[in-house]
Amino acid sequence: MEEYALIMRHEDGSKIASPEQMQAWMKQTMDWIGGIAAQNKFVSGTGLPFDGARVITTKNSKPVITNGPFGEIKETIGGLIVVKADSFDEAVEFAKGCPVLQGEGNSMEVRKIAKNDGVH
Amino acid sequence: MEQQELIPHLFRTEYRKIVSVLCKHFGFDQIETAEDLASETFLTAAQTWPLNGIPPNPVAWLYTVAKNNAKNYLHRHSIFDKKLVPELKKSSLVSVETEIDMSEKNINDSQLQMMFAICHPSIPAEAQVGLSLRILCGFGIEEIADAFLTNKENINKRLFRAKEKLREEKIRIELPAPLEIDERLATVLTTIYLLFNEGYYSVSNDQTLRKDFCFEAMRLCKMLTENKISNKPEVSALLALMCFHASRFDARFNKNGELVLYEEQDESIWDKELIERGAYYLHQSTTGNKVSKYHIEASIAYWHTIKADTIEKWENILQLYNQLLQIEYSPIAALNRTYALSKANGKKAAIIEAEKLNLFDNHFYFMLLGELYSGIDDEKAKQNFFRALSLAKTQPDKMSIQKRIDKLK
Repeated sequence: MEEYALIMRHEDGSKIASPEQMQAWMKQTMDWIGGIAAQNKFVSGTGLPFDGARVITTKNSKPVITNGPFGEIKETIGGLIVVKADSFDEAVEFAKGCPVLQGEGNSMEVRKIAKNDGVH
Repeated sequence: MEQQELIPHLFRTEYRKIVSVLCKHFGFDQIETAEDLASETFLTAAQTWPLNGIPPNPVAWLYTVAKNNAKNYLHRHSIFDKKLVPELKKSSLVSVETEIDMSEKNINDSQLQMMFAICHPSIPAEAQVGLSLRILCGFGIEEIADAFLTNKENINKRLFRAKEKLREEKIRIELPAPLEIDERLATVLTTIYLLFNEGYYSVSNDQTLRKDFCFEAMRLCKMLTENKISNKPEVSALLALMCFHASRFDARFNKNGELVLYEEQDESIWDKELIERGAYYLHQSTTGNKVSKYHIEASIAYWHTIKADTIEKWENILQLYNQLLQIEYSPIAALNRTYALSKANGKKAAIIEAEKLNLFDNHFYFMLLGELYSGIDDEKAKQNFFRALSLAKTQPDKMSIQKRIDKLK
């Protein structure tokens, strides 16, 4: 059994939806995670709120700090969960159930977690 | 209280206190001695009270006799050690204080310390429960054997090994250091919860005994809330959880001793006082910012004290199970979560989720599938109930599954 990160990429829902719609998405997300946990495949997870986010880049060998990302583009990372799965295929099946995919243009990225075994 | 009831009653409440204090005094090396001295005390009571009458203060009488028994024992051994085994002079016995402190404070402290010692992580969970029943709750070997559906010899062996382990590991009867408390408390709470479940879900037919187990577990937990060091939010949460569960104790069985399912229970016999106590401790548990599994389970149990089937109730229960499973997976939580899902999101959604659980050796799994398919695909429902029937081990389980099958026909 390997661990995979399921990375949610989507725009900031609060900019395009009502509080009721946001709450419905929240429930769907909790039910989705609960469903994975009910199969004993959940490892950890974290939401990444867009508020107050900063991006650090380097310009002329110096760090430059800017505000954002603001979640206005659909490729912004909104959160991730780590699951246990036997294969990429199984991890992909979990990812397919994520409610962010209801938004056209949003995406889920599935990445294997490197083992801390000195090889990977 | 009649004399024939009084001694067993006192045995239940006082034996454990005497053993804890004596054992604390002597150390685990002498745990059998402490048990013997405590038993002797009750034997003396049983022999003298019928002749001389019950003393005005029976508890104080027992403490005095126990103190004297211990004193005599120590005295004999110190003479033995001094005269016959001079090389043992350094042994702890010779220097041991012979005055036994039976004050309320020392009784409480000793019991609390004993709880932490018995629930030491180096002892197997089953042995912790056994030792707790014997030493912390004062149950007889026969009663413990009854509850575990085994014989006295097995329990004696199990307890013997556990005591050996306590000695080998040189476990001391003391409260853990402040830095260790959270970790050690976790084991104590696990044992208390196991003890409670032993009573609540046990297959033993002895109703009174089972109830006693539950209330003993609650008593131990309450003791933890009464001490500053151990009074952590999760302790109150566990106590709340047990109060809520125990409130349904009488409603869970009918006159013939058969299990009554939650949906079919008469809520007028739920114990309102226990529900209120549960609510009190649940409130107490909200100090601090840690959400333990006991907090979540207590909240789930709280929602179950409201009988009416509302969307709000099941939505809350579903979200609590979603949270609980992220903290700690268990097959029963996964099944209950899926049941809550069917109530909150509908049977069809729940069937899809249930089919993913793959708990093929669990008869509750097929019972749940049977329940979910009922009214949607009765043929499939029946197949699942039959699979559940083939996996069920106890007669009451088989009977309740058969009832469900008969309903479908």
